[in-house]
Amino acid sequence: MSITTAGYQLAPVLPELVLAIGAMALLMLGAYRGQGTTGTVTTLAVLLLIVVGVLEYMVPAGKQVTFGGSFIVDDFARFMKILALIGSTVTLILSTEFLADASRRIFEYAILVLLSTLGMMVLISAGDLISLYLGLELMSLALYVVAASNRDNAKSTEAGLKYFVLGALSSGMLLYGASLVYGFTGTVSFAGIATAATAANVGLVFGLVFLLAGLCFKVSAVPFHMWTPDVYEGAPTPVTAFFASAPKVAALAVFTRVTLTAFPGIVSQWQQILVFVAIASMVLGSFAAIGQSNIKRLMAYSSIGHMGFALVGLASGTVEGAQGVLMYIVIYVAMTLGSFSIILAMKRNGQAVEQISDFAGLSRTNPLLAFMFAMLLFSLAGIPPLAGFFAKWYVFVAAIKANLFTLAVIGVLSSVVGAYYYLTIVKTMYFDEPAGQVDPVRFEVKSVLAVAGLFNILFALFAGPVVSVASAAAKSLF
Amino acid sequence: MTTWPILSVTTFLPLVGALIVYLSRGDDEASKRNSRWIALWTTLITFAVSVILVMRFDPGNADFQFVEKSAWLATGITYHMGVDGISLPLVILTTAIMPFCIIASWKAITNRVREYMMAFLILETLMIGTFSALDLVLFYLFFEGGLIPMFLIIGVWGGPRRVYASFKFFLYTLLGSVLMLLAIMALYWNGGTTDIPTLMHTAVPRSLQTWAWLAFFASFAVKMPMWPVHTWLPDAHVEAPTAGSVVLAAILLKMGGYGFLRFSLPMFPLASHDFAPLIFTMSAIAIIYTSLVALMQEDMKKLIAYSSVAHMGFVTMGIFAGTMQGVAGGMFQMISHGIVSGALFLCVGVVYDRLHTREIAAYGGLVNRMPLYALTFMVFTMANVGLPGTSGFVGEFMTLLGTFKVSIPTAFFATTGVILSAAYALWLYRKVVFGALVKPTLTSMKDLTLRECVILFPMIALTILFGVYPKPVLDMSAASVQQLVNNYNTAVTAVKAAALLQ
Repeated sequence: MSITTAGYQLAPVLPELVLAIGAMALLMLGAYRGQGTTGTVTTLAVLLLIVVGVLEYMVPAGKQVTFGGSFIVDDFARFMKILALIGSTVTLILSTEFLADASRRIFEYAILVLLSTLGMMVLISAGDLISLYLGLELMSLALYVVAASNRDNAKSTEAGLKYFVLGALSSGMLLYGASLVYGFTGTVSFAGIATAATAANVGLVFGLVFLLAGLCFKVSAVPFHMWTPDVYEGAPTPVTAFFASAPKVAALAVFTRVTLTAFPGIVSQWQQILVFVAIASMVLGSFAAIGQSNIKRLMAYSSIGHMGFALVGLASGTVEGAQGVLMYIVIYVAMTLGSFSIILAMKRNGQAVEQISDFAGLSRTNPLLAFMFAMLLFSLAGIPPLAGFFAKWYVFVAAIKANLFTLAVIGVLSSVVGAYYYLTIVKTMYFDEPAGQVDPVRFEVKSVLAVAGLFNILFALFAGPVVSVASAAAKSLF
Repeated sequence: MTTWPILSVTTFLPLVGALIVYLSRGDDEASKRNSRWIALWTTLITFAVSVILVMRFDPGNADFQFVEKSAWLATGITYHMGVDGISLPLVILTTAIMPFCIIASWKAITNRVREYMMAFLILETLMIGTFSALDLVLFYLFFEGGLIPMFLIIGVWGGPRRVYASFKFFLYTLLGSVLMLLAIMALYWNGGTTDIPTLMHTAVPRSLQTWAWLAFFASFAVKMPMWPVHTWLPDAHVEAPTAGSVVLAAILLKMGGYGFLRFSLPMFPLASHDFAPLIFTMSAIAIIYTSLVALMQEDMKKLIAYSSVAHMGFVTMGIFAGTMQGVAGGMFQMISHGIVSGALFLCVGVVYDRLHTREIAAYGGLVNRMPLYALTFMVFTMANVGLPGTSGFVGEFMTLLGTFKVSIPTAFFATTGVILSAAYALWLYRKVVFGALVKPTLTSMKDLTLRECVILFPMIALTILFGVYPKPVLDMSAASVQQLVNNYNTAVTAVKAAALLQ
């Protein structure tokens, strides 16, 4: 390309460029042709995401840095970006039914998902605090609007508003932390911070704490989790599926990158924070979910717990830990998308049902659905030979190597508590009397469920290749 | 030696059977019959394949045989299977018991037959896998995976308090196992692999031995179950369907004993030696306490469940005695208990199918209407008591002999359990079988059907055969047990000698 100058190549950002231009083109299409194009725009958006995914896959291997170091494309970034793209694509596919309803023909939905995905990709590749903030805000602002996309529903609007207010607060904290870090190290680039931050001083640690607080909010880790149950419950189900998958990937990716590449000199400082956050998330996620009767609220607490488990890997601060995070997030995304496709499939007489009691006797009214959900739930509980076990294995094995025994013991014990509420759903589906027929499941939901379900059940068979890819991606951070 | 992976075939055949059952769709009588037949044939073929294992097994070789190894997860975690003299008898026990379980469920299960058969077949794969896995992660996969089908078996086809029992079973076992998982991870970093044969020859630092031993103990003690973590067992047994109880008593409980033999003793010999007094105490308490509790039971299954805990006490005592007689006796006791307790639960199932109650008080005088049943039940009651001439005697005697050399008080207290077991077993037998047939509900009871004879008579034959001639089982495991005991004693003496030198 002729426009390249040293350090500012456009080749590494080609997927992002395609996504940005494509999203704007689709926005034009929708804006000029009106709401009647919702279906077309959504389909084209799915295609666009697939194209971007393929482009991302074809980006040459190895580490490439552009925009003067603020945008990094390495194995880690590629891995996480493809995963986030998969999450976004699948949620868009799952949203088609939601968008087909006459009262909700909003083509902007797909555009917002695209823009949010673009934000995630920038976030994942962020090489300094500026691009981090840029990506984070692009992702979040689109998410706030998507949360409120069911405009006539008070709960959905409330969810959007709540998410926005608390999200703005967390962005403020993150920005404040970033400014402190900049002030005490004199640079915004992660590599520069890593060279400067070799010893802990009060100002730097202060900045670090605020930075991590902002990130904890995005991954909904305790004590910054309060928005999660309300937003999960209030937002339309496909949107909740989206929130639970792709943004979590991006947030966890940047969390990993910031801690491991910008602050490797003061591991002991952020390790204590992460250990606390991980323990608090796992314990709260397990105990608070027990009392829930709404399945989406339960999934919210479940995701808080799962983020706690993922952070166990990060807390170890080693290459094994990063690998654990990667394995965890891959499997988590598959389990989450599978579970939400089942929640979407649960309809009686055209009405979505969300109470756990509505699942009663599902094993007799729709055995396949019940079986898939049961397997996903056992997997979320971390029971072998399902995928969820391997996720837990890789994070805890890293924690054990880093001698974080207390963390590991509390972690596995809270996973036993967590198993209780997953079992309660299995019990409702298998041991209780049927609560009536469920509607036939739509094709696209069925296919998502089939892929996610098989991935989950058969993971042990192809775990080897996944592990080696994750291992290579983790090594690229060090 | 042929090259086909005979052990993997044995392990995964039931899974294939489960898939075939799944494909036979439909909910009518014909498809139920199909499911039953497919399940039965699958278990029979699996048994036949496992017989090939026995025929080709070289009992003189103490190492693992039929070894299969292929890459699985990266770095040190492989798909590694193999059996030795300790695991092979348990594999055979599993494949042999399963057809009986299927036949026992033939008439008793009429609801959701297809799912039931699938659950049992999947469970069989997981159980065989547990005994033949030679990689810790693979072992854990099979070991814990078994919780899922068993949870469903108890919860879907169980009795009135099935939800409570299934949850208790699941969570209790899981709680023990997750700690073992952490210990597995620690061993992984210590040895750089989870390969069991390699880890057996890897030195484990003393402090890690202690912690890892305790973690493994947490898992196996619950599974075994040992006093005081046995409370899930009576609940699970009472609520489970007959075949579920049989699998639970005959095979799942053996996983605990197998774990002690496969991991605790060879990998952590010093910790095992240190903790042996603890095990002895707990075993003696288990034997006496649960026998006394069994005396008080009003439910037949609960009584047998408590007697299982007592008998498992003999196994743990024998294993941790660390002597040739003790370990071989523990091994034999596991096989014998597998047959006898399984058969006792089947005997309870026989009368339960007719009267739909397990209350001891509801029965009495069955001998008048059911002479064959009375005879069968008597053989197994005697075997449970440990009467010479039955397989129960050999195991108890050998474990007591082995323990006597190490700890006389333990052997003394454990022997009182033999008397107590006679008390509760004979009491049960008298209440159910003897006496006058006065209860009107019992007057129409029919004796054993052909199907029930097919299940119970082979077990009578085995009980008496192994009681009179225990050599086949003992020979099969002798070389491996000898090696295990030698290694254990060498490790312990080495440390003692080192301590003396200082």
